[in-house]
Amino acid sequence: MKKLANFFTGSLEKTIGLILFVGLWELAPQTGWVNSTYLSPPSTVVSALIVLLKSRALLKHLLISLQRALVGMAVAVSFGMVFGLFIGYFKKIEGYLDALFQSFRQMSAFALFPVFILLFGVGELSKTIIIFWASLWPILLNTINGVKNVDTLLIQSAKSMGASQKFIFLRVILPAAAPDIFTGIRLGASYCVMSLVAAEMIGATSGLGYLILYSQETFNIPDMYAGIVGLAIMGLGINYALKLIEKSFSSWKQGVAVGE
Amino acid sequence: MSKIQASKIHRQFQVNNDFGKKTKLTVLDDFNLQVREGEFLSILGPSGCGKSTFLNMLAGLDKQDDGQLLIDGDPVGDRSFDRGMVFQGYALFPWRTVLENVEIGLQIRGLEKKEREEIAKYYLTMVGLAAFANRYPHQLSGGMKQRVAIARVLAYQPDIMLMDEPFAALDAQTRETLQLELIRIWEADKKTIVFITHSIDEAILLSDRVAVMTARPGKVKEIIDVSLPRPRSEEIRNSSEFTQIRQYAWSLIKDEVTKAQVYQESVEQGQDTIMVQPIISLQQKFKDMIQKRIGEHNEKIG
Repeated sequence: MKKLANFFTGSLEKTIGLILFVGLWELAPQTGWVNSTYLSPPSTVVSALIVLLKSRALLKHLLISLQRALVGMAVAVSFGMVFGLFIGYFKKIEGYLDALFQSFRQMSAFALFPVFILLFGVGELSKTIIIFWASLWPILLNTINGVKNVDTLLIQSAKSMGASQKFIFLRVILPAAAPDIFTGIRLGASYCVMSLVAAEMIGATSGLGYLILYSQETFNIPDMYAGIVGLAIMGLGINYALKLIEKSFSSWKQGVAVGE
Repeated sequence: MSKIQASKIHRQFQVNNDFGKKTKLTVLDDFNLQVREGEFLSILGPSGCGKSTFLNMLAGLDKQDDGQLLIDGDPVGDRSFDRGMVFQGYALFPWRTVLENVEIGLQIRGLEKKEREEIAKYYLTMVGLAAFANRYPHQLSGGMKQRVAIARVLAYQPDIMLMDEPFAALDAQTRETLQLELIRIWEADKKTIVFITHSIDEAILLSDRVAVMTARPGKVKEIIDVSLPRPRSEEIRNSSEFTQIRQYAWSLIKDEVTKAQVYQESVEQGQDTIMVQPIISLQQKFKDMIQKRIGEHNEKIG
């Protein structure tokens, strides 16, 4: 009983900001502070969500968005990790490429979207590439950093025991760099969702980004907010899944005090 | 035949001096040493004399620029299964449990999981940490970590154990306990041990012979035979023989420590002379700056 009570007070503490925000959101259009034509209250948004769910329209858009996000992420993760491990391992290469990578990282995926459309058309390919581009850089750069900053004492220790280069790479460098790689992947995932929406707002006929923009253009404002809420839920879901994966990889870190 | 034979070893490093210019620093010059099979030899020397550099060479982590370094008559190679090294900084793998850490050397040698566990558990028990097998290194104290590191090396049975100031970072009590444990372990199976330290007491207590090094560029100044009886125990520190050897060792190393310090001062002096003098006037200046602001603040609220 006490546990249950603790659970509720615990989640109340964490969500109090969210609850207050939803309350304010409900009140603002209801009391007429904001024109309810432009800001639908959450109650209306929820009923719109239910209608969209029943007609399976939301699910369709969500699945397509999810698919694009996952494909783009998967390519970015494999590409970023393989190249990051390689470049971090051979420190000389990193020196040659650093300036290039830093400039690429600063180049917004949105700015490059017209270029991608010119090169790859308006189809799925250019959407995947924009997502790939946006999520690649944090993954690649964090992986390089993680490999570069592996404690040399650990490598020396493995060497003194007669370890092969392969053993050092797989059993020392890779696990030592894993926390940094995961930070990169989670950063990449949030960039991925951002660029996904942008890609779907330009030249798409499906996906949550399309739903949001289309609803706005057809003045179906509750649907627009329903799409935004759906997008937030999808982002939260991806983040949660990544957290679970990360946890299973770095269970040893639990209970490590800050600064240790 | 000697287990380890070092003749005319020369090693220099490129370093940046205070002015950011690259200069060459000779760490070892004309370094000669022979280590016998099964003996416990300590290398004692002032800081910066190159003793760790020599040990790294034995471990295959560094290479001499000139001279010859032989183990069992063969030049030291990069990769070898015959050496084990205990580092001052423990060098445990934080993502592995204590047991898995002890298993690493065996894993490198291709043993099956079951065999590895059996051996690792035996050596963990030997160092008194069987109950901590499933903990992670960050959950252990410094002394326990170093015990794990010692068990890890013992587990894969190297011919030679290299120890680089293994107890230097520990508190006095833990250090003494571990010294006695090491004596016990060594007396049981007499592996060749090369032990680096800057503690005279530690060197005498543990070793058969103590090689005293000169200040940088380092070479062996003299080798002291420690003829204290074995098995040794804590009380031996109070014997007159121990005191005599300690006095003799201290007389040898005293000049070298002074030399090392003079050298350091001559390096740092450039900065010291500039910094020390104005520091008092600077402090006064800072005080005035702070006082002025407090004064303004007081005026405002007053």
